[in-house]
Parts: sequence; structure tokens; C-alpha cells
Amino acid sequence: MIETPLAVPAGAAKVSLFRRLLTHPTGVVSMVLLVLVALASVLAPLLATHDPNTASVQQVLAKAGSGHILGADSAGRDVLSRLLFAGQFSLAGALLALAVALVLGVTAGLAAGYYGGWFDSASSWLTGLMMALPGMVVLLAARAVVGPSMWLSMMIFGVLLSPAFFRLVYASVTAVRNELYVDAARVSGLSDVRIIGRHILTVVRAPAIIQSAMVLGIAIAIQAGLEFLGLGDRNIPTWGSMLNDGFINIFKSPTLVLWPALVIGLVCIALTLLANAMRDELERSRGPVKKSRKAAAAEAAADAEGAADKRGAAAVVHADEPSEDDGEILLEVTDLGVAYDQPDGSTTHVVNHVNLTVRRGEVHGLVGESGSGKSQTAFSILRLLPQGGRITGGSIFFEGKDLAQLSEKEMTQVRGKRIAYIPQEPMSNLDSAFTVGSQLMEPMRVCLGISKAQARKRALALLARVGIPNPERTFDAYPHQISGGMAQRVLIAGAVSCEPDLLIADEPTTALDVTVQAEVLNLLRELQDELNMGVILVTHNFGVVADLCDRVTVMQTGRVVETGPVRSIFNHAQHPYTRQLLGAILEDTAPRGQYTLKELKGVTS
Amino acid sequence: MYRFVLRRLLSGVLLLFVITTVAYLLLYAGGGDIARRIVGPTASDAQVALKASQLGLDRPLVVQYWDWLTSALTGDLGRSWFNGQLVSAGVSSRLSVTLSLVLGATIIAAVVSVVVAVWAAVRRGWVDRAVQLVGVLGFAIPGFLIALGLVSLFALNLKWFKATGYVPITTSFGGWAGTVTLPIVALSIGCIAAVVQQIRGSLIDALRQDYVRTLRARGLSFNRVVYKHVLRNAGGPALAVLAVQFIGLLGGAVIVEQIFALPGLGQITVAATGQGDIPVVMGVVVATAAIVVIVNLIIDLAQGWLNPKVRLS
Repeated sequence: MIETPLAVPAGAAKVSLFRRLLTHPTGVVSMVLLVLVALASVLAPLLATHDPNTASVQQVLAKAGSGHILGADSAGRDVLSRLLFAGQFSLAGALLALAVALVLGVTAGLAAGYYGGWFDSASSWLTGLMMALPGMVVLLAARAVVGPSMWLSMMIFGVLLSPAFFRLVYASVTAVRNELYVDAARVSGLSDVRIIGRHILTVVRAPAIIQSAMVLGIAIAIQAGLEFLGLGDRNIPTWGSMLNDGFINIFKSPTLVLWPALVIGLVCIALTLLANAMRDELERSRGPVKKSRKAAAAEAAADAEGAADKRGAAAVVHADEPSEDDGEILLEVTDLGVAYDQPDGSTTHVVNHVNLTVRRGEVHGLVGESGSGKSQTAFSILRLLPQGGRITGGSIFFEGKDLAQLSEKEMTQVRGKRIAYIPQEPMSNLDSAFTVGSQLMEPMRVCLGISKAQARKRALALLARVGIPNPERTFDAYPHQISGGMAQRVLIAGAVSCEPDLLIADEPTTALDVTVQAEVLNLLRELQDELNMGVILVTHNFGVVADLCDRVTVMQTGRVVETGPVRSIFNHAQHPYTRQLLGAILEDTAPRGQYTLKELKGVTS
Repeated sequence: MYRFVLRRLLSGVLLLFVITTVAYLLLYAGGGDIARRIVGPTASDAQVALKASQLGLDRPLVVQYWDWLTSALTGDLGRSWFNGQLVSAGVSSRLSVTLSLVLGATIIAAVVSVVVAVWAAVRRGWVDRAVQLVGVLGFAIPGFLIALGLVSLFALNLKWFKATGYVPITTSFGGWAGTVTLPIVALSIGCIAAVVQQIRGSLIDALRQDYVRTLRARGLSFNRVVYKHVLRNAGGPALAVLAVQFIGLLGGAVIVEQIFALPGLGQITVAATGQGDIPVVMGVVVATAAIVVIVNLIIDLAQGWLNPKVRLS
């Protein structure tokens, strides 16, 4: 009945939640309304024109106006006066439930979280038990035993609501318990009580206040429900019992039910909106840190861009060697721009004026540090930019069609069949809910229109081809049951399953063990040869480039800085950034150990 | 898989046992002198003692409980103290009404929530904001106020539906639909509001996952990836919320049945509560607990189907 508490923002309670709420429009409106209702209830003896319990036979169901501002109920009691006095009881009942829930939940949560052990498991089990039955049914059962006392009912409901606070406090305490500053406090000899009071209560205070608003709303609603059923104490006026009276007489006096319904509805809505507003404000107080970091990154990128412009934006283009100029041009990217729309309405350009040509049978390395725009370029060729990203200009010609202009439907025909993709991180790129086999077969059946049996045969053959020792077993396995290296082979099998013309591999070995990297690169080379594909290999690693690529394009801050045949780039790198990258790989022999070094020496000497 | 089902089944039975035991002990021990309350304050002590011995209330609580438990296992939940009717018959004859309301509301809530949540999560922007705003309102307004609003608008003013009464589905489907539509709508609104928030959140998370891009890169359309893969991955948390909501609906049904005068569990619960008819109240608790345990079991199995990690661990 209550949502799981939000994660606790550490230290967020330090700035006054109340003061920040004053800037939140719905927060202010809700608070004003609640304060008005509370004041009206407290001041009921002064405001009310009639005694709330004085019945009058002459005034039964009296219309609004004549002496009764809102009319009179079925016993001739003044509706407005009853509404005011009922507020006292309804609010007090809800506050009682809240108090019981707070005391029980917070105490048990602190103890269970801080001391752990048997108390921990026992109270978790108990809360599970309490949440297992609907609160209304428990209250009705309790009512059968304890009688019609509203106060007793609300105390019992408070017990039922205590898990809402228990879970919140428990989660916060277990998160904080092993923090260094709590350890430090413990070592410095502070008592448990002081540690809980100083370090832990401050953390849970703000979320507990939010939860309190929700709990109050629920308590008011359920209390009104109980009274509405006619099971409440008939001697005290409550909004629920007024609702009951109004509903019974709905044919005789339709407006009678309206007033209590309106008050209950408004108070519940105000409490929920207030809770939401407080949550918004809490989350926003954590926001600026994130925002400023993002802003800083954007600024840095813009600065770098500016610097690149000053250096002269034109890329260094190395001439092709005659022997390598064989293959037909498969992909021609011209003047590509990619930008992201920011929440504040501005746009951040991440790729600017990029040109890229890939020939059939060629492995084209796309090199650069993270943030250089190489992955963004790759994703825009697939037209799979993350949300908010879009192609702002230029063309992507592939087999005579400009991919940048295709409809989403036409693009779906191109993906998988003509242009395929190998991702960086193998595990997160498989859907953990489906077996490896079904994930291999589904796109094949869609793209090639083959039967399930054919797809299965093909999938098993592919798994064997990519070097998986026991294809049948991997076919039936779920992603979490295979290793990262295996998963990457599965993804490669999937990418080549429909024999594409162009393969985009986004750092295909970065997430793998060093020993597996070499095997996967060899596999890629073999497959590229077999299928005569063009390959775009996105990487930050010149060792991999030296190993596999025919041509290289070097990117920095969203621009191409140097492009040409791999031999030419390695021998005559002109752009300082390219030299810097080359220098880095010669110092650090990470990717393939001595093998790479030797090969690099062969290339560079 | 069998061990997974068996384990869940056992823990469900244990939960049922614990709930009913605690409920029995609290109901029978917590009420003070039950016999006195039944015969009334003016009765003589001898009359009270006679009543107590008639109902077996003069025996030790543990003996009473053992007696109740062994009978309950054979399906006998005792008789009402006030009208002498079999509790099991009274409960089971009303169960179908309540279940048709609650199941109807759950199914409608599940379907509507999925559609609305996908819409909000995929479109984002103003659609998303509107869905969230309506969701907050639907969550905040108590279900019985919504029911009252529906009655006065559609039944009393527009007269599209009958305000009260119940036609069994076996008698006439049309008549049944006419009597349960408003109650189901009233129950499902709050449920939809809560479930949409959950599905929307987990969909937005799931849409950011890498495999979404990879599957699309393999030539699957966006809709196919969303409905087959993303929704299945977002389904786990959504089912958990739906289970919680279902339990809440069982409580909400009590009031809604009262408003629409439907002869469901809620009606005998309210009557028995007012009179202090403990055997009937106990029967309602058993039935409710059993439904909750069965629903939780179904949800657990569905979770296992959705998420192989749950099933295989």
C-alpha cells in the first residue's frame, strides 16, 4: 500500500526542506490548504455556528442557506459545524496512526539496521507478514474484537503502517552503518545512542517526513472508509461518518455527500502533492552537483573545440596507396553533424563536419579518446543515436541511399541485413531474459524470413564458426551462464548472421581479458575475409589498429583530424594528436603484449 | 523448476498457517468475555456460562484452536454465532462476486497500465508529464470517493448503469457486466495510477539498456524490441507492484461492494464485524489469506518465467 522509500540522499536534510518548499508552487498551495484545514479544525469552537451534535427534527435535511450555510444532515445537525468539528477527530485520528507508525517503525528500523542479527530477520519477517493482508480486512477483523473506538482502530492501523517507516529507516541505517564516519565515531568512543541520534537520524529525517505525508493521507482515507461503512463511533463527528450519512440520503439531498467527500479528497490530494513536492526538492538538492559536472564537461568540450578551430579544423588527409584503391566505395559519410538537445533548450554538438569513406573488404579504424565522437559517428550510421541525439547535417551514403534521410521503417530493413553492429560490452548487450539461441534466431527469422528449424541450424553453425566449443549447450544457455568472451563471440555470430556488407564494431575487445582479445580480433579478421565485408572498427587503441586495419581515421572532440592508409599514418603522422596517440601505444604495451610491439616495430621501421 | 515451485508452495502454506494462527489467537483472546457480548449486558451469569459452553468458549484457547484447525483442514470453518449458517458456505458463495471484481480490476489495470506506461516512457515530453500528473491524482484520491463520484454521475444522473444490485454471470453476461462495470472501474483507477508509475520507471530504465540498441541493430523494429524484450525485462518490478495492489484491492472491494450493494465478501465482513461474529470474521480472514497466498504464488511463478535468474538459482 506504500511504495518503497526512495534512496536516501546523504546530507540532504542539512538545508531546510521547508524553506525550499516555499519555492515550489504545488508545495506552497498544498501546504496552505493543509494549514487552513488544520486551523479551521482547531478553531472549530470559535468558527462553528451550531453545536455539531445538536439534532433538530425541524431541520432534518434542511437546504443550504436558511440558517445553515451548507444545510443540515439527516438528524438536522448543521453540516458546516460538523465538518469543522469532524476535522478535529479525523485529523487527530490520522495523526495518532502516524505517531504509532513512526515510533514503532523508526525504533524497529534503527535497531534492526544498527544491531542486525536475529532482531533484523525477525522484524523483516514480521513486516512481510503485516503487509500480507489488506489493511482494511485486518481493521475490520480488529473492529469485531475491540469495538467501534476510532482511537483504537487508528492505533492498530498505525501498527499496520509501521513497515513503511521500518523499511525506510532500515535501508538508510544499513547503508550508513558501515560508513567511515560512523566507524570513526564508534572508535572514538561515542555511545550507540549518540551515534544513532547524530549520524543516522539526520540521514533519515527528510525521507521520513515525506513518508509521513503519504502515511497521513492513507490514514485519513482508511479512517474515512471505516466510518463510511458505518463501523465507527457514532458519538463523535468525523468526515467519514458524514460521508456515510450523505450517501444514505443521496436521493433526498444529493449535496450532503459532496462536502465531506470534497474535504477528504482535497486533504488527501494535498498530502500526496506535498510529499511529491518535498521529494522533488530533495532530488533537486542533489541535482546541482550532477549538473555542474555536466556543465563543466560541456564547457571543456567547447573549449577543446575552440582550440581545434584555432589550430585549423581541416583534417590531414594522407593519399591512398595505389594498390589499396581496389574496393568499391561502400559507405560515404560527408559533413556529418550530430547534436544532443539539452533539457534547458540548448544543443550540444558532439560530431562536426565528419567525412568518412569505407570500401568493400576494408577494415577502417575509427580512433580517438573517449568523447572524441567516434562512437556517436558509428551510431549515427546505424541511426541508433541515444535518446535526445539527432543528425544535424551531412549525408551518409550507403549503396546509393542516404541513410540520414531514410524513414525508420526503411532503416529497419537496412539494419542487421546490410549493416551490422558488434557492441563493446558483451554481457549487457544480451537480453538476460532470453536464451542465447532465441536471441540469435529471432533477428534471422525476421531479416531472412526463414523457418524456426532453419534458423536453429544456422545459429548452431554460426556458434561453431565463431569458435564456441559446445554450440548446443551455449544455444540453450542464458546469458548469465556464459563467460564474457563467449558472449562476445555470440554477439559476433549474431552480427554476421545475416551476412551484412558493412560491420560496425564498437571497441569489440575493450571489455575482454587480454588473452581473449587476440582471439576475438583474429576471428573478426577471418570473418571479414570470408564475407568480404567492409568493417568500421571503433577503438582507442592503436595496437588494435596496427593489427587489423587497412585505413585509419583519427577523431578528436567531434572532428576528424587525420585520415589515410594505416601504413602512411604510422610512418608519417602529422597531426600532434595522432602522434600523441601513437606515442602512448609505444610506451604502454597493454593490448597484445610483445606481439603488438613486434608488429608495431615492423610497421614503423 | 520443480524445486522452485515446491519451495514457493511450502512457504505459501507456512504463511497461510501463521496468518490464520495469529488471527485466531488475537480474535478469540483479544475480545474479553465474548459470551457476555453475545447474550447482552442484561443477561444473568448463568446464561452467559451456558452460551460459553454452547459455543465451546469455556475450553482452553489452545484446545479451541486445535479444534478449529483440524476442522478447517477438512473445509469446515464452523457456524455463525448469530444465524447458525455454515461459515464455509457463506464465504464461498460470496467469494465469486468479490473475486470477479478484484480480478477484473487487476486485469484491466494491468492492460491499461502497460499501454499507458509504454506510451509515456517512449514518447516522454508532455505525454509523460500528463500521465504522471493524472497518476498522482489517481493515487491520491481514495478509491471509495472515486466510486461515489461514479455512482452519482453514471448511475444516478446519467442512468447508464444500475446504481446497485448484482446479476450472476451465469444468469446473464450482459446483466453481470452492467452491475460490475462501475465497481471495477472505481477499483482499478488507483491501481492503474500506481502500476503505471512503476512500469513507466522500469521501462525507462530498460530502454536505456545496451541490448535494446543491439537488438535494433540486428534488424528488429523498435516496437518489437519494446513489446517483446523491454517489457519482459520491466515486467518483474511491475508484477511485484501489481501483487501489492491486488492485496489493496481486496480491502478496497469491501467499501466498493457496500456502495454498489454487491453481495460479496465485504458485505458479510461488515455485517459480521458489526455484530462481533468471530467465526465469520475468521472465515473471511482465512479466505483473504488464501487468496493472497495463491496470488503471491502465481506472481512468483510469473517472475520465474520472466527472469531466468530467479528460476535457476
